[in-house]
Amino acid sequence: MVASDLILHEEEFLKVTSLAERLLRDSNSRFVALIDRNGQPIASAGDLPGVDRTALASLAAGNVAATEGLASMIGEESFTCLYHEGDREHLHISSVGQAGILLVTFDERSSLGLVRLRVRQITPEITHVFETMLEKSRHAAESGESAGAPMAEITDDDIDSLFGDRI
Amino acid sequence: MPFINYAAREITCKLVYYGPGLGGKTTNLQWIYQNTQREAKGKMVTLATESERTLFFDLLPLSLGKIRGFSTRFQLYTVPGQIFYDASRKLILKGADGVAFVADSQAARFEANVESLRNLKLNLEENGLDFETIPYVLQLNKRDLPTALPVEQLVEALRCRNEPVFEAIAPQGVGVVETLKALVKQSLSRLKAGAPATTRV
Ligand SMILES: Nc1nc2c(ncn2[C@@H]2O[C@H](COP(=O)(O)OP(=O)(O)OP(=O)(O)O)[C@@H](O)[C@H]2O)c(=O)[nH]1
Ligand SMILES: [Mg+2]
Repeated sequence: MVASDLILHEEEFLKVTSLAERLLRDSNSRFVALIDRNGQPIASAGDLPGVDRTALASLAAGNVAATEGLASMIGEESFTCLYHEGDREHLHISSVGQAGILLVTFDERSSLGLVRLRVRQITPEITHVFETMLEKSRHAAESGESAGAPMAEITDDDIDSLFGDRI
Repeated sequence: MPFINYAAREITCKLVYYGPGLGGKTTNLQWIYQNTQREAKGKMVTLATESERTLFFDLLPLSLGKIRGFSTRFQLYTVPGQIFYDASRKLILKGADGVAFVADSQAARFEANVESLRNLKLNLEENGLDFETIPYVLQLNKRDLPTALPVEQLVEALRCRNEPVFEAIAPQGVGVVETLKALVKQSLSRLKAGAPATTRV
């Protein structure tokens, strides 16, 4: 596959965010996140107070990667779904095309059956937007229309100011 | 494979700390975490064994300043150094935008460094990443120990592509930020050229 940066443009961002919001409503869940397989949070809907989205995304991606590794060890082709049932909060993780992960958390106001149904219904649409995003990223790389266009020469001063007194 | 979000005007890079078990990878992240302003850091995730050996990975999300109008975010990962966790190491390297190799300077760990470096090359390749071109720095850690080998000897054995080398004492923060800065610089510089950034999926 052609190497490229992963680029998210406004158009796909808005589309995928509105799909996440629709899923949140239709499934009565608390929080929905679309994550890339490498652990980048891409879009989300709903609220998880006090939860670090990046950390959440990395754990979901790690979880999927590990489960997939396990599955392939026993000769299963691909990962479809992971479910964790907690005391109050439940977690549903599923794959979106080759490169995405959809995470849904819900409580007693919803049910596994409803979440599973709504996820299955909306997955093709999310997959489509996700694939468009990948396609555009790939195209940008091929045409040399660099994703890094905004990056001119980077100097040590630039890096120092990036860090500032943060660290 | 940096993630560039034009909607949020944000660039995210995944940087991985690699190296032999007990070399100080987790300690690098801990020091950064403890010495970073609250607004600039996310929650540090640590998946470790009872004895504090990394089991799957550590993650520290950092939000640094803006460059050319884009906010920058970095996700610092460590791999588990123990030999038998190879499958996990391979998973974590996936999609990496840069690697810091944390070598253990102690004489007794010389072979472990060499082996871990060999393992890194192999696992990069298996992820479709190129060791010759990926942003990369070498950190010689544990310089405070009396059993540390001379720097020249370590450089001779471990430096293989003219990468920047930093001497470090991770628990004291010596060389820690320098290592990170060098890696950040390389990963961002890479964007400007529009170089095909390694791999996708
Ligand atoms: N004296 C000294 N001790 C160090 C230094 N860096 C790390 N250590 C210690 O070495 C031990 C192992 O450090 P870790 O950071 O957990 O090592 P790691 O590379 O993450 O190990 P794994 O998770 O097993 O791969 C800890 O007890 C650290 O305090 C150093 O520069 N000098
Ligand atoms: Mg560790």
